[in-house]
Amino acid sequence: MSGAERINLGVEADLAMSGISSAARDKTEARSVKISVKDLNFYYNTHHALKDVSLPIHEKQVTAFIGPSGCGKSTLLRVFNRMYDLYPKQRAEGEVLFDGVNILTPNIDLNLLRARIGMVFQKPTPFPMSIYDNIAFGVKLYERLSSSEMADRVEHSLRRAALWDEVKDKLKQSGLSLSGGQQQRLCIARAVAVEPEVLLLDEPASALDPISTAKIEELIDELKTDYTIAIVTHNMQQAARVSDFTAFMYLGELIEFDRTSTVFTSPALKQTQDYITGRFG
Amino acid sequence: MMNNVRYHTRKVRNVVALSLSLFATLTGLFILTIILATLFINGFDAIKPSIFTEMTPPPGEAGGLLNAIYGSIMLTLVGIVTGTPLGIMAGTYLAEYGRSERIAQIVRFINDILLSAPSIAVGIFIYEIMVAPMGHFSAWAGGMALAVIVVPVVVRTTEDMLNLVPNTLRESASALGTPKWRVISSVCYRAARNGMITGVLLALARISGETAPLLFTALNNQFFSTNMNAPMANLPVVIYQMALSPYDDWQELAWGGALIITIGILALNIVARYLASLGGERR
Repeated sequence: MSGAERINLGVEADLAMSGISSAARDKTEARSVKISVKDLNFYYNTHHALKDVSLPIHEKQVTAFIGPSGCGKSTLLRVFNRMYDLYPKQRAEGEVLFDGVNILTPNIDLNLLRARIGMVFQKPTPFPMSIYDNIAFGVKLYERLSSSEMADRVEHSLRRAALWDEVKDKLKQSGLSLSGGQQQRLCIARAVAVEPEVLLLDEPASALDPISTAKIEELIDELKTDYTIAIVTHNMQQAARVSDFTAFMYLGELIEFDRTSTVFTSPALKQTQDYITGRFG
Repeated sequence: MMNNVRYHTRKVRNVVALSLSLFATLTGLFILTIILATLFINGFDAIKPSIFTEMTPPPGEAGGLLNAIYGSIMLTLVGIVTGTPLGIMAGTYLAEYGRSERIAQIVRFINDILLSAPSIAVGIFIYEIMVAPMGHFSAWAGGMALAVIVVPVVVRTTEDMLNLVPNTLRESASALGTPKWRVISSVCYRAARNGMITGVLLALARISGETAPLLFTALNNQFFSTNMNAPMANLPVVIYQMALSPYDDWQELAWGGALIITIGILALNIVARYLASLGGERR
């Protein structure tokens, strides 16, 4: 299959710093690879959800995962922080190198891994505590800060999530009292507060109104100066707007992976083009 | 369209179903009102300062229920303080760790049996393992019998309430690198707090009226006693004995004791409902 070859070429070329066509372009533009996925297979009990997926996640770039429901894009995201480990019958095979270390090996400390790879979910999930404590909760796990340092960290995180001005007078109120869009930005602030290296966003705007969505997208653009971001989205325009790289997945396989501009303007495969133009999916 | 036959049939069915529901509700309320009214009419005269300051008297003499009220509070306290942590820990295991494991299913099944076990069987059980070996009745044994009744109630409500905590909340806490015990203690317990408190209060209400398990364990005591290693007076057993006696003044005291327990449980339920409503507002 020419599509698969093309992907493999892209990955290897990037890793080996040698290549052809678009891979050669990547070499000069893209920075180093933060996460490298190699021949990843994933199973829900007996259901084979990811099939031989290989791709790089570039450092301080936004990588978008698109594809119809059930194609495995959320599953892939949940492999990056081993979220699937919470459930006994899910397992992954292959290699996921995070800064060169395979995180699928059993001796990885999951709590430390998740402190370095943050995640924001589709539905806003504020903890049942005050706005301030929502942010401080994760920080307290790994750092011992004085109360003024903590206050600074909370403010900084809320500013980064463009929420500070809306909540600065009610930090003691419950996080559940905020609107849906504010709750989601609170969750982003919470993830940012622990200063991870990678942010995984699982359809972060799908439950939000257009104004909140625009705010989140602006935010993603700002956050990528400091963080490597992987985002799953159902919204093609969103992927085109926010991402540098796009991966198109279908039925558990990675169909096409390239620069977003290439995927959306001149996709290599007709299947990708059909999905992007709305002919199926 | 409005003259449609199906529409009319549905309307008639609606009226019939509503009437039946209303009738059932009124019947229940009516019986409850009679019970409460009887209790108030008969018990109200017994409620005077002396009932809270004097000991249970011999027949024909003046007295109160102080020793029984104190005893009931102590026994209930021992029962709740022992049963609640056990129940919460077991409920946490079932909801957070065991889930669908075989051992969890067995524990859940046995807990359900315990939940509906006759309380007199609990009394006999504690008699066998505590009273008989120690050679005497004691308040400790009474408290333990009550704890055995508390545990299944608290296990059940804790598990149910933790199961209501959405998995997405656990996932987002784990996604920050939170260890599992911390996810449970800082996030899940907080989210389920009001329901769990309600469960403990319901268990408290249940044991404060239990008589059967205390007959074999704490027994009773004519006098005021703070010795937990000796028999202790308590309201349910005192009511049981006095109500069955032929003496008018004892019977009046029994009515008073019943009223005190009822008002106590009513107060607890109001507190429980209030706490539950607090949780409703915050969400």
